[in-house]
Amino acid sequence: MTAANSPIPTSHHTCPACGLLCDDLPLDGHGSISASFSCAKSQRYFSQAATAQNQLASVDGQACDLNTALAAAAKILQNSQQTLIAGLGTDVQGMRAILPLAEKCQATLDHMHSESSLRNTLAMQNSGWQTTTLSEVKNRADLILAIGTDIVSSHPRFFEKLVWNKDSLFNKGTPHVVYLAVDEADTQAGVAPDGTSPTVLAADKKALPAILNTLNALCNPAYAKSNKAASVAGLSMAALKALLEKIQAANYAVVVWSASELAYPHAELTVQSITQLIAKLNEQTRVAGLSLNSGDGDISVNQTSTWLSGFPSRNRFQHDQVSYDTQHFSTALQLKSCDALLWVSTFNPKPPPDFAGPSIVIGHPNTLFERPPAVFIPVGVPAMHDSGTLFRMDGSIALPLKKLQASSLPRLVEVINQLADLMP
Amino acid sequence: MITQLKHARVFDPAHKKNGVVEDIYISQGRIVAKPADASKISTSLDLSGKVVMAGAIDMHSHIGGGKTNIARMLLPEFQASKHYSEPEAHICTPGCSHFATPTSTETGFRYIEMGYTAAFEPALMPVNARQAHLEMADTPMIDKGAYAMLGNDDYFLRMLASQQDQKAINDYVAWILHSTQSIGIKVVNPGGINAFKFNQRRLDLDENNRHYQVSPRQILQSLSRAVHELGVSKPLHVHCNNLGAAGNFQTTLDTMRASDGLPMHLTHIQFHSYGKEGDKQFSSAAAEIAEALNKNKHITADVGQILFGQTVTASGDSMMQHLNARHANPKKAVLMDIECDAGCGVLPFKYRDQNYVNALQWAIGLELFLSVEDPWRIFLTTDHPNGAPFTSYPHLIRLLMDKSFRNEAFAKLNLDAQAMSNLLSLDREYSLYEIAIMTRAGAAGLIGLNDRGHLGIGAAADITVYTDQADREAMFSKPDFVFKNGELVVKDGKVVKVVWGATHTSKPAFDVSVEKDLSDYFNKYQTMQLANFKINPDEIADDGRGSIVVHSGKHLS
Repeated sequence: MTAANSPIPTSHHTCPACGLLCDDLPLDGHGSISASFSCAKSQRYFSQAATAQNQLASVDGQACDLNTALAAAAKILQNSQQTLIAGLGTDVQGMRAILPLAEKCQATLDHMHSESSLRNTLAMQNSGWQTTTLSEVKNRADLILAIGTDIVSSHPRFFEKLVWNKDSLFNKGTPHVVYLAVDEADTQAGVAPDGTSPTVLAADKKALPAILNTLNALCNPAYAKSNKAASVAGLSMAALKALLEKIQAANYAVVVWSASELAYPHAELTVQSITQLIAKLNEQTRVAGLSLNSGDGDISVNQTSTWLSGFPSRNRFQHDQVSYDTQHFSTALQLKSCDALLWVSTFNPKPPPDFAGPSIVIGHPNTLFERPPAVFIPVGVPAMHDSGTLFRMDGSIALPLKKLQASSLPRLVEVINQLADLMP
Repeated sequence: MITQLKHARVFDPAHKKNGVVEDIYISQGRIVAKPADASKISTSLDLSGKVVMAGAIDMHSHIGGGKTNIARMLLPEFQASKHYSEPEAHICTPGCSHFATPTSTETGFRYIEMGYTAAFEPALMPVNARQAHLEMADTPMIDKGAYAMLGNDDYFLRMLASQQDQKAINDYVAWILHSTQSIGIKVVNPGGINAFKFNQRRLDLDENNRHYQVSPRQILQSLSRAVHELGVSKPLHVHCNNLGAAGNFQTTLDTMRASDGLPMHLTHIQFHSYGKEGDKQFSSAAAEIAEALNKNKHITADVGQILFGQTVTASGDSMMQHLNARHANPKKAVLMDIECDAGCGVLPFKYRDQNYVNALQWAIGLELFLSVEDPWRIFLTTDHPNGAPFTSYPHLIRLLMDKSFRNEAFAKLNLDAQAMSNLLSLDREYSLYEIAIMTRAGAAGLIGLNDRGHLGIGAAADITVYTDQADREAMFSKPDFVFKNGELVVKDGKVVKVVWGATHTSKPAFDVSVEKDLSDYFNKYQTMQLANFKINPDEIADDGRGSIVVHSGKHLS
């Protein structure tokens, strides 16, 4: 009996569409989600996967069998002096396969979202941080401070599952929500089920460095007393002081930010200001941070890469050693000097960036190209045609991805392993 | 196909063999009796004069899981510097810095190169079990296993607060062992990690968790009884309250008393043997702790020796790590509250021999080793990487076996610390036989690995062969040969064949109806389904590399 023609129990099926990794989807065996389901992102993920278009590999746009495509890909890699493996839209098992291939090719590795995730990594590597996980938020958080993010654009069920939940272990009241540097128009998700409005401290996101520096300074009583400025970035000092008091009065405040929303130079310093504020407030009360991830396996790739190579994303195998360079190993810079690109994107049909040299794309069957890559190998979509393991946004929980449907698409792990076998 | 190891000088304490010269025969991964038909011997290795022991077992080493990987991620500078210390890292001297955050691959290689054939992750957080097993699955060469952390999880504390009976607790504990594929149970700062989430900053043995109104003592007694009644071989693994705090030896003594005669293992006891005498209000209480250990035969301990140099401390004890964060060097700390299950605190640490506290910590560890009389009840650990990386074991072994070497190192310490230690008056030198007890037979017996840690007929052929050298550090750094399940995998201290070890577990019987309430709990309060919390054995046997060994527990009368 195949899954294709009979609904299978899917009540524990993990959804990889965002970092929440919900495993309570109303999903049938065909990969369709009941229309009334609250998460459009999840619906889009599974419907996109269910209508997998390209079943066949291609070389220079001409359909071919897998072996032909693999041979062409291997030839490109063999001729390459400097290979970039990028995208890395994959899970733990995918990364386990990619790293040995990267070692064989002496390649540079970069994840498609590392420009964002590095803002967190760099802040953490510089001074550490104090964070929490989703079940702690669900049961303890009585104040949510969202900095520069509406949260729900990237993580749609955040409030439904973790903030407006009726059951919690410690009978906390309905949490209060504060948005900082978020447009009023984007704060609807923060309206409590009883109609209570969130507090909105609207400001330009680019002013966050100044606002956060002020909040940090206000934690120093001497500064708070001597400060004469009336406002910063349009926010009154009184409002910022009131925010700090609110956090200090909370039993367990959770500060949420999204590195991808802090799209300006040296935003890692903004993340660091947030984490420093959290550390300072923890001297007296309990406050914890929660960073929203970007997806496409970003957390899983960093985790797996770290235990296997010693470093998270933006690392390189060279002279049989691994090095780490968060600046020079970026996809944007490497595309200027590498002579072959291997692009992996299994969760979403994300095409590779423009590149003058030969590109090998191993990814989602619905990937569309402006011009065909040298080699395209469509592979099974995780949690639809392929199983695996994915880390949640909070980094502590890894959940199994299960195969939902039989498919003629090969598995990413098999394709990578076969490619590695073809390399000398 | 039988391999013969001829004229081996065997140190096998499980069979009371102290340097007996004999032949060992290996067939199909096991040690077998001398074959009647000598023609079946396909390979023969003359080990005349060589010291032969079972493969060593590290019963407490943070080799896999969330906080280990956070430590790696937090410290890219460690990774970058390791090339300078390789391969010299195997031969360590006082003050040299080791590589504290090896990758999973390096972990397996460095262990087997030192003759270790198994290591146990002592702090597997149940919600993080999948990650821990993924990392351990990527650790080649050695066997592994884990102790699951309980006692700060809200599910257990709710049970205790609502005075559920011991049977219900036992069922939950057994369910955790099954679901997380673990071999033992650990408790870290009993109740303290949880209390920290309610903004409590310290928790003494008889102080209540603010929310649950239960004390660490109750937690310890309930969990140690559960482990005992379930027949799990490994006694409850206890990281006491008040880790690292001056004066904490009293808590440690009280914890021993709280055991009520049930087996209990106190881990990294060095970090829990501090007095507060002297000008600096920090002193050694090793004598008091050793005396209590000598008296209480049902208590075991591992030391958690510190050695000087750069390392990183990775602990589940978020409460005490938050307090210790001010000592972090370099100055950074990752602290987490995790999933109503536990927490973690990861901070880099640099132990310096000219620092009073660090120097005394070093001395306290050695005082404990030398003052605890029974080598079957004290184990050689550095709480890797918290006291020092496991690669410094050969150095530690030399400190234990070589009094003049030890005393020379002592003479280089901070002078105030020297004045506060009785180390020079301790003349004991460990023998090879005692080292074999601590690192082989004793460890296997404690964990319940019946076919490991000894060289008897039927044992797994995990065997380490050393050249007897006066310099014990050199000797234990680089075995001549290591056999894993009968295969020659290390020659002259270098890996010659890559193999993948098994994962050791314990699975006592329990009432499956325990899942009814757990399922409700997961649906209401957790953010994943119960079915996804559980680790399927297939996940470990993934790729055909891993395998699970289930050990039967001890039989209760």
